[in-house]
Amino acid sequence: MRVGRLCRYPVKRARGNLVQPEAVIKARGSPKSDLAFETGDKMPVTIIHEARTERLEILDRSGKADEALLPKLSSEEMASLYKLMVRMRRFDEKALALQRQGRMGTWGSVRGQEACQAGLAVNLLKEDWLAPSFREHGVMISHGIPMRQIYALWRGDERGHLFPEGVNCLPVSIPVASQLLHAAGLGLGLKLRGEKSAVAIGFAGDGASSEGDFHEALNFGGVFKSRTLFFIQNNQWAISVPFHKQTAARSIAQRAPAYGMPGMQVDGNDVLAVYAATKKALDHVRAGNGPYLLECLTYRMENHTTADDASRYRLAEELAYWKERDPIDRMRAFLVSRKLWDDKKGQALLEEVSAEVEAEVKAFEAEPAAPATDIVDFMYKERPWFLEEQRALLAREAR
Amino acid sequence: MATAGISTAEKTEKLTLAQAVNHGLAQEMERDPSVLVMGEDVGMDGGVFRVTEGLLDKFGPDRVMDTPLAESAIVGAAVGLAIAGFRPVCEIQFTGFVYPALNQLFAHAARYRNRSRGRYPLPMVIRMPYGGGIHPPEHHSESYEALFAHTPGLKVVIPSTPGDAKGLIVSAIRDDDPVIFMEPKRIYRAFREEVSPEDYTVPIGQARIAADGKDVAIIAYGAMVRAALEARETLARRNVSAEVVDLRTINPMDIETILRSAEKTGRVVVVHEAPRNAGVGAEIAALIQERAMLSLLAPVQRVCGFDAVFPFPRLEEHYLPAKERVLEAVQKTLDF
Repeated sequence: MRVGRLCRYPVKRARGNLVQPEAVIKARGSPKSDLAFETGDKMPVTIIHEARTERLEILDRSGKADEALLPKLSSEEMASLYKLMVRMRRFDEKALALQRQGRMGTWGSVRGQEACQAGLAVNLLKEDWLAPSFREHGVMISHGIPMRQIYALWRGDERGHLFPEGVNCLPVSIPVASQLLHAAGLGLGLKLRGEKSAVAIGFAGDGASSEGDFHEALNFGGVFKSRTLFFIQNNQWAISVPFHKQTAARSIAQRAPAYGMPGMQVDGNDVLAVYAATKKALDHVRAGNGPYLLECLTYRMENHTTADDASRYRLAEELAYWKERDPIDRMRAFLVSRKLWDDKKGQALLEEVSAEVEAEVKAFEAEPAAPATDIVDFMYKERPWFLEEQRALLAREAR
Repeated sequence: MATAGISTAEKTEKLTLAQAVNHGLAQEMERDPSVLVMGEDVGMDGGVFRVTEGLLDKFGPDRVMDTPLAESAIVGAAVGLAIAGFRPVCEIQFTGFVYPALNQLFAHAARYRNRSRGRYPLPMVIRMPYGGGIHPPEHHSESYEALFAHTPGLKVVIPSTPGDAKGLIVSAIRDDDPVIFMEPKRIYRAFREEVSPEDYTVPIGQARIAADGKDVAIIAYGAMVRAALEARETLARRNVSAEVVDLRTINPMDIETILRSAEKTGRVVVVHEAPRNAGVGAEIAALIQERAMLSLLAPVQRVCGFDAVFPFPRLEEHYLPAKERVLEAVQKTLDF
């Protein structure tokens, strides 16, 4: 017996030919169409969508601010943005130095992107979730992950991923854009749980914006109005491929309306602008209005990773251009111009973060490697028989 | 609405395999509010095979979600939902459409517990109808269990009876690790069987002796268990006593039952409809020769699909292993 109702595949059913009653379809929420079919000789040509995409900049490259756009922050809060960035850079520089000495694995530097991550970090609540890619060290150490764990991770120790209890951060996801789906699902989960403040932040870069998962994540998040901020750091290079070869479009932010969400671009080397844009975006998501697409236009100052040589594909003059727009120099100039910062404070800060970094390096380097049995011990809740056997081999070799 | 789905009965009912999965889903959703069902057409339509029929009406759109038509999104978002404390049960409409989701399955779902050193286990189930025999267009007949079984971190379950289907889907949902739950669509409605309305489980990792025997063991799973049982009947008329092992779980495989049957009979034939190369049959044969060599009276035989693309419907009966090929393989073990 074939089913009477519309069905793509022949499905046999034993009990009756049930046609879906109209009332049932309506009760479940019948689909609505906004097509208004007109009659007459002149059919309408209707503009169904118009969009514009904004970019926010507050500081110019010399650190001079547009006063009208300045976010309402106390002097301490402004200085703390700067401090966060300096801490990130010191942390990053140390990793690069360790790598050159053979004391660190492959490292993807965050240099140049500190404003993006600091501007976001100060807007985060403890209950917010991060779904990071591999260049989010800055925001991760600002969200409560000890430096030593991130060092350990990139030294090649999975235990680095065992973040402290209560620090809501997913492990680093290396296949680009794939983690945006986790952020979309997590954001939906937070919504289903009835959370009123917590949101999920999905990180990706310009290269990731070409992946299918980028589309699927934004589309899924849009449909389900998930509590997700899609936080895109467009550092303009995906290893050797520049942004204009990833897309023919001018920005990533302009895709937002296609997914039924707001979005904007912000100068990602301007920490005050990132702060203001992120706050606006997070307010939108926290209020339960669905996701937001925020694109930070920044620049990758280092090689893709320590395994890369960017001089093979980009010009020194481009690097020089962006060095003049360094996010840390710019913010310092701003603070100095307002007498909120001076060399003495700068020296004290550098000593403080250097001491922290050195202590963290010491801590992670003091940690002996995990037992080899760790290879099989985290695969399943209970080890199946074959992993039991394989574990015995590892244990025997260790003796 | 009198639907075939959703159990209301107090006593044993005769159910098809599709209905049994439906009952298992409904029962677990009733028991545990963190269980969600998500996928293409699983809500309003009740699934193209009606396996999720009635769930939307009963549990509402927050727990039975019609998703965009995007397999990677279904699995990837389920990873996020699982981290948020839910137990998502995803439906991939056909195994042939699972490829876009493989990155999420292989690179994330299978690895998350390990990557997070145990912090984020992913209790999620990926259901998918698999296998041939329903005369569909291309991409609707594939059997990819070996891909999943080869991927560390996943469990792979394939029921062959309604009773097992219900008990196994319940186990899969309660499991704290990702479970690939492959449903033999060819026998979704091929037969009915008494299924208890009680809350019961069939443990993952345990095979079942579908029929006892002493001369040869036929190891099969999913729709191929039927072919094995039919072969057994014919063999009985020839005074050959065949044991039929229904594997039920492809990973982790029930090594004890496999070895016991191999040692008891000395002759083993493995049957699956997936291609032979690097398939489940190869793994079983290897395990048996490693661990029960001296009990063997003949080399282990494999009856499989061809190492070829699954054909369009007019040739599919030639592709799928049936009783005759099983009998031929059994004969080889007897003649050796």
